[in-house]
Amino acid sequence: MAKPTNDAQLLIQSLRKAYAATPTNLKIIDLYVVYAVATALIQVGYMAIVGSFPFNSFLSGVLSCVGTAVLAVCLRIQVNKDNKEFKDLPPERAFADFILCNLVLHLVIMNFLG
Amino acid sequence: MGATSNASPSPPLNSALSSFPSLKALKFTTKQQELLIRVSALALIYVLAFVVRLFSVLRYESMIHEFDPYFNYRTTLFLTKNGFSEFWNWFDSESWYPLGRIIGGTLYPGLMVTAALIHRILHFLSFAVHIREVCVLTAPFFASNTTLVAYFFGKEIWDSGAGLVAAALIAICPGYISRSVAGSYDNEGVAIFALLLTFYLFVKAVNTGSLAWSLASAFGYFYMVSAWGGYVFIINLVPLYVLVLLVTGRYSMRLYVAYNCMYVVGMLLAMQIRFVGFQHVQSGEHMAAMGVFFLLQVFYFLDWVKYILNDIKLFHSFLRITLTCAITVGVLALSIGTASGYISPWTGRFYSLLDPTYAKDHIPIIASVSEHQPTAWSSFMFDFHILLFLFPAGLYFCFKRLSDATIFVVMYGLTSMYFAGVMVRLILVAAPAMCLVSSIAVSATVKNLSSLVRTKSKSSQGSNKPLSGSKAAAKASADQSLPFQKNGAIALLLGALYLLCRYAIHCTWVTSEAYSSPSIVLAARGHGGGRVIFDDYREAYYWLRQNTPPDAKVMSWWDYGYQITAMGNRTVIVDNNTWNNTHIATVGRAMSSYEHEAYEIMLSLDVNYVLVVFGGVTGYSSDDINKFLWMVRIGGGVFPVIKEPDYLVNGEFRVDKGAAPKMLNCLMYKLCYYRFGELTTEYGKPPGYDRVRGVEIGNKDIKLEYLEEAFTTSNWIVRIYKVKPPKNRW
Repeated sequence: MAKPTNDAQLLIQSLRKAYAATPTNLKIIDLYVVYAVATALIQVGYMAIVGSFPFNSFLSGVLSCVGTAVLAVCLRIQVNKDNKEFKDLPPERAFADFILCNLVLHLVIMNFLG
Repeated sequence: MGATSNASPSPPLNSALSSFPSLKALKFTTKQQELLIRVSALALIYVLAFVVRLFSVLRYESMIHEFDPYFNYRTTLFLTKNGFSEFWNWFDSESWYPLGRIIGGTLYPGLMVTAALIHRILHFLSFAVHIREVCVLTAPFFASNTTLVAYFFGKEIWDSGAGLVAAALIAICPGYISRSVAGSYDNEGVAIFALLLTFYLFVKAVNTGSLAWSLASAFGYFYMVSAWGGYVFIINLVPLYVLVLLVTGRYSMRLYVAYNCMYVVGMLLAMQIRFVGFQHVQSGEHMAAMGVFFLLQVFYFLDWVKYILNDIKLFHSFLRITLTCAITVGVLALSIGTASGYISPWTGRFYSLLDPTYAKDHIPIIASVSEHQPTAWSSFMFDFHILLFLFPAGLYFCFKRLSDATIFVVMYGLTSMYFAGVMVRLILVAAPAMCLVSSIAVSATVKNLSSLVRTKSKSSQGSNKPLSGSKAAAKASADQSLPFQKNGAIALLLGALYLLCRYAIHCTWVTSEAYSSPSIVLAARGHGGGRVIFDDYREAYYWLRQNTPPDAKVMSWWDYGYQITAMGNRTVIVDNNTWNNTHIATVGRAMSSYEHEAYEIMLSLDVNYVLVVFGGVTGYSSDDINKFLWMVRIGGGVFPVIKEPDYLVNGEFRVDKGAAPKMLNCLMYKLCYYRFGELTTEYGKPPGYDRVRGVEIGNKDIKLEYLEEAFTTSNWIVRIYKVKPPKNRW
């Protein structure tokens, strides 16, 4: 029917317009999140083809992607100037926390990779 | 107001100060005085928590108590002697003969690693202590650390006064002392510290929204996972809390940051423990956390889209599409996972928490443990005392001033109280929650009462100074509303002080009487009132150690397995780990069969010695005859040839002349009562009078054909028999 597709087109257009207004640093973080999630999906697809034998390796691969995506979203939340709760937090501190958490995450992944 | 209170007493203060010239330099401000009081109170509480747990060390000696701690002690000893790599890959052939046990992969290493680390630090500082002393005192040390965490937690949810009260309450709370007394070297001693630390760090992360605090709480969770199987409580309570916050509309960006970082990093860290393995993605008990994780992503994504799209109608259609997709995918994944068996259902131990009758019908081993029974009211009163009625009062105060932190404490308190009601052992998990919530009640009440006491004196001073007429009139009318307000407040304060003093007295009495016995050394009052010590257990284990060949195999009921391997240093057939039900049922079948049938089972297991515990001479009631029906039930659960009604007479368990014939001739009966018929145990009773069952035994003339008596301890509590080798065939 015509109405839902019209609705969908309108939805996509307004989403695109609203998103174009976000600042560049947030867009970079979003790109990173999309890249991490895409890598995770590729790994899941590979596992579906080849089988999950060293399960710890599969888990560590997928969880490192998911983990770093989630941490990047947390960084985006903390750096976004529109969030009232985080206006006292200097963006350098947010970034340092992000780096620290990623470091711990990847160290554990290294141990878990097997 | 500060100036008025300092102005009037200043002349006497100055004169007092001048008489102590050194104190003149120590003129503290109010803030510094308060800090001094707080720090000294905390230091005293720290020392108190340690010292109150030392009763058994002072009365008996510094030794490990009970059963499970002996396994922990043995593994810690192995760890300090052979290093972490050997420990992590240890296969033990001295227990569960002939199967062996992969110790490295089936234990929670947190406790052992902690004790070994403390031992190494002390040796580095040139304190040459034996590892046993470190093991004995680990639990009290961590109890003291728990009081510190309780102080910071109380400060986070309410204020520093509540924190102090919480620290003081938990330092002596009997529910916590019962499992952390000196000598009780068990996982819970460290685990409660880790639990409270994880909760405190998580609440701090939710309050501040900082990634650093969430990372710290992930590490706290890792420590908890390495210490105790009860970590399942955390991984289910935290998602439930997030869900409650989402549903009540109190969600915020800080919650997203805190939960996500903790869940992902915590899950990864937890999977490093081999015993936990992949359970975080495969077990039904952990699925709630994953479900909430995905729910959070969807929820916050929708929130963000709603924010950037200013149009409501478009957002509604977007919402419809996304929700349909998300719910379909979620339900599909969950059903496929559960149906194909990939997501394992809840294991028996945790399922019996939701359905308490499950274990009794299906898994007798879980039902037989005395700590897994439902809790009686007397246990609650015994372990919590005044906290029982301070808890609802604290709940009221929490609801009056709701914040993210108080919601968490309320949920922790309610869920842990439910589980404490289902299983006695879980009173331990509820104890910190009770102390925290009660401390809010105590602190708020005392604060209100003392402000009532102080307002009267301040307004009486204020009325001396010239005030504007309306202000003085208003204050005067407030004074006259309740004429005896000040006296009432003082009386209530004294009442609160009395209650807290009674609590302290009760806790000390309970610790001294009930929770400080080592269980392996028994004490009683002799005829003259002097103390008589029964050290039979250790006597028997050391006899085993010194008088049997090193490769001898000992068969006993699974309760004593850990102690036999740790102190007797001999191989056992079954021990307290109870991981193999069929093996235990085989031993149970052997104990409840006739001697010739049991002999064949014992030959098939290569048994050289049999050990039984018998309390008929001393009146010790936790002996094997009282546990016998459980052996029958567990054995009968796997081998239908063992039927429980065969051992009962009219549904009654008897050992006297009227007992069932199978009971009078089974192996356990023979081994316990061998030569007992000639012994007079009590003045005025016939020989062969069993002091525990209170009857004269039925079969006094016992002859053993395939076993011979090797050793009986001085009070007949432990009896060891040697299995005769098969006769030579001519």
